[in-house]
Amino acid sequence: MASFTPIVSISDPSTALGRNNTPPPTRDGGGDDHFDDGSPDFHVRLRRARLGLAVGVTGIVMIFVSFTSAYLVRQGLPTLDPRTDTLVHDWLPVQLPRLLLINTVVLLISSVTMELARRQVAREATLAQVTSIPGVSLGREDKIPWLAMTVVLGLSFLTGQWMAWRELAASGFYVATSPSSSFVYLLTGMHGLHLLGGVLALLGAGAASLLRRPVESRSIVLDVTGWYWHFMAFLWIYIFCLLEFAR
Amino acid sequence: MAGGAGGGETIMATREFAAHESHAHAAPQGFIRKWVFSLDHKVIGLQYYFLALSAVFVGMLLSLLMRIHMIWPNATIPLLGDIKPETYISLLTMHGTIMVFFVLTTAPQGGFGNYFLPIQIGAADMAFPVLNMLSFWVTFLGYIALLAAFFVPGGAPLHGWTGYPPLSAVPSAGPGEGLGADLWGISIALFCLGALMSALNFITTTLDMRAKGMTMMRMPLTCWAWFITAILGLLAFGVLLSAAILLLLDRNAGTSFYVPLITVNGQVVAHKGGSPLLWQHLFWFFGHPEVYIAIVPAMGLCSQLVSVFSRKPIFGYKAMVYALLSIGLLGFMVWGHHMFMSGMSPYSAFAFSVMTMAIGVPSAIKTFNWLGTLWGGRIRFQSPMLFAIGFVSLFVSGGISGPFLAQPTLDIPLHDTAFVVGHFHLIMGVASIFGIFAATYYWFPKMFGRMMNESLARWHFWFTFVGTYSIFMPMHYLGMAGQPRRYSQFTELHYLDRLMPLNTFITFAAFVTIAAQFIFVFNLFWSMKAGKKASDNPWEATTLEWTTATPPPHDNFGGHTPVVYNGPYEYSVPGAPRDYIMQTDPAKVPAH
Repeated sequence: MASFTPIVSISDPSTALGRNNTPPPTRDGGGDDHFDDGSPDFHVRLRRARLGLAVGVTGIVMIFVSFTSAYLVRQGLPTLDPRTDTLVHDWLPVQLPRLLLINTVVLLISSVTMELARRQVAREATLAQVTSIPGVSLGREDKIPWLAMTVVLGLSFLTGQWMAWRELAASGFYVATSPSSSFVYLLTGMHGLHLLGGVLALLGAGAASLLRRPVESRSIVLDVTGWYWHFMAFLWIYIFCLLEFAR
Repeated sequence: MAGGAGGGETIMATREFAAHESHAHAAPQGFIRKWVFSLDHKVIGLQYYFLALSAVFVGMLLSLLMRIHMIWPNATIPLLGDIKPETYISLLTMHGTIMVFFVLTTAPQGGFGNYFLPIQIGAADMAFPVLNMLSFWVTFLGYIALLAAFFVPGGAPLHGWTGYPPLSAVPSAGPGEGLGADLWGISIALFCLGALMSALNFITTTLDMRAKGMTMMRMPLTCWAWFITAILGLLAFGVLLSAAILLLLDRNAGTSFYVPLITVNGQVVAHKGGSPLLWQHLFWFFGHPEVYIAIVPAMGLCSQLVSVFSRKPIFGYKAMVYALLSIGLLGFMVWGHHMFMSGMSPYSAFAFSVMTMAIGVPSAIKTFNWLGTLWGGRIRFQSPMLFAIGFVSLFVSGGISGPFLAQPTLDIPLHDTAFVVGHFHLIMGVASIFGIFAATYYWFPKMFGRMMNESLARWHFWFTFVGTYSIFMPMHYLGMAGQPRRYSQFTELHYLDRLMPLNTFITFAAFVTIAAQFIFVFNLFWSMKAGKKASDNPWEATTLEWTTATPPPHDNFGGHTPVVYNGPYEYSVPGAPRDYIMQTDPAKVPAH
């Protein structure tokens, strides 16, 4: 429980002067090249980063939309059986490993911890100005390592996906066995690759925290990674449903 | 303040500020940070530009070899030896891929867009400079991967820039379809990644970093064009990336997305059930918007130049914006017109045909607005304007054959002939290249602080203008006479014997036109060193890049934030003291 309640609500965690009392840059040179200068345009940078994320997510959506269209088209295509000279379907329905359900739960929990980590650092960023006043303490802070938990859960999900691949292979479904199994590997693989990007961003934010970089920059990274992470969870649910219900 | 004085004062203030160089975001020192791994959008823009310049010469050399082979099929080329049919096809593949991706997509957007979008909207840089640098270097890697295909065993791939499977998906399908085709696929995938990152930057920058007063409807049409191109890129390159990933999997992981059960060189392939048409749909869903990715920036630029050099406001600014938007939107609904040959249902073909012809409406709006701007203007026929008018001419003559090809009944006989080659080279190739030339002559003074030589520029223009028409107009005729495309020689096709003189004429026209490009290159590099010193606003234009120093300082406006009061095309305003009013001029534009 915080022992200090700010009387004025602080909406802008930035300070008028940067580090060493240098004036802020007169012109903002962009959003990703100066994470460590504590420049004061926090809200501008946050808005820009979120906008960039929304645009980036649109691009990723297009990639998976194309895969989906390829999936549905390929599923309906017959192939020639040279022995009988008839058209047959070579799409073998894949029994998805049960493990994927557990992985899904892990990813959903990680989405919750990610959100908590995002809120934690946003609060930290908002209060940074107050705690920088000598003698002011906020008392016991929220010290639960949500960020680290998210990284662990994310890596567990990826490991789980890897194990699911092994299980699929053990049951005889390799990448080239059937177009259906090709798509299972492709979609889970592409999703995993994108999630790995999120994990790397979180690790970067963690390293920034250890190096005591300004909390505002970390807050922006965690904010956009948070939204990206939720998108990844949503995307996974979508892929899982596609693979399960459109077999 | 007297109307129009604002620009000059701003420039002086900028100079003063740049001299002190006291802003917090200091310019990088040292060669590597300044010129190689630079975060400055201006340097990245130049990097893209020079990448495209090197690529265009490689592409041009390949086309010259093809033209030589067409009329002298038995000639031996120094260093290269005989051109075998497969060599010819690999030259064709690499010519198309290099030109479409690394020239037409790279120079207008990556080059000039990067350099001038932030300046024209009054920003200090792109929204994400690190990402911007990455975009360039990923694109560069893609270029290296593509060029490497020439030097691997088997040589460059044979599947054309459109990469149709099964040829592109089966390594045993021909020489060059092994490692060469893998490198091609990797190059395309890398290019897509670079283009996606770049699109992200352009869109965010345009939406979020405009200076105070720079509303969307006060942006120069160049900015609109780059913005719309970025949206097209964002939606299209993701699809090509997916398609390329599936292709690489088919080639290397044994999957059957695209390859049906077929025999290749007498061997049954290890694939079955895939669909070559799946690739065609994915590819052309990207491929048609790609045409607009190449030409929309040139349209924006041409609108700009026609207004500046006619000393008149652009005719129908809003109509121009909406026409660009609708061209972009329609561009996503017409991919099927590249596939009339594929045996699609006549009903689908009809729908694609109607949508395609609908693009003629916004295209005509743009053309008439360009002509409306020229009408009654006090036209200054300087080199950028010559190329802009050249662009309008090529856009019309290349575009007019579009409605022919949009009809399945005409497209089916014409599709695999030189008619299509003439069509897309005029509209997509040469028209966009004219945009690049116009942009170079127009912005060179701002980029390098000197003017390009005007006489050389005129020689360059007339040789190129007459030369490209001489090359590509006769191709329409050859196509109607039934000359197939992608054939390395016609010696066995006796019905074409009497057309050989025309083919010879085209090849000689190509010699002359390519030679004329050395005038341009000489002028470019010579003027950097020895050109006449440029003033800050040599063309008397109104947009923001002409309010800052030449060349612009590291943060573009030297620590000063431009504020925009006017639209971008305030020329010959009645009652104004000069015939142009800068966008930053706070004096109210007199009512007109």
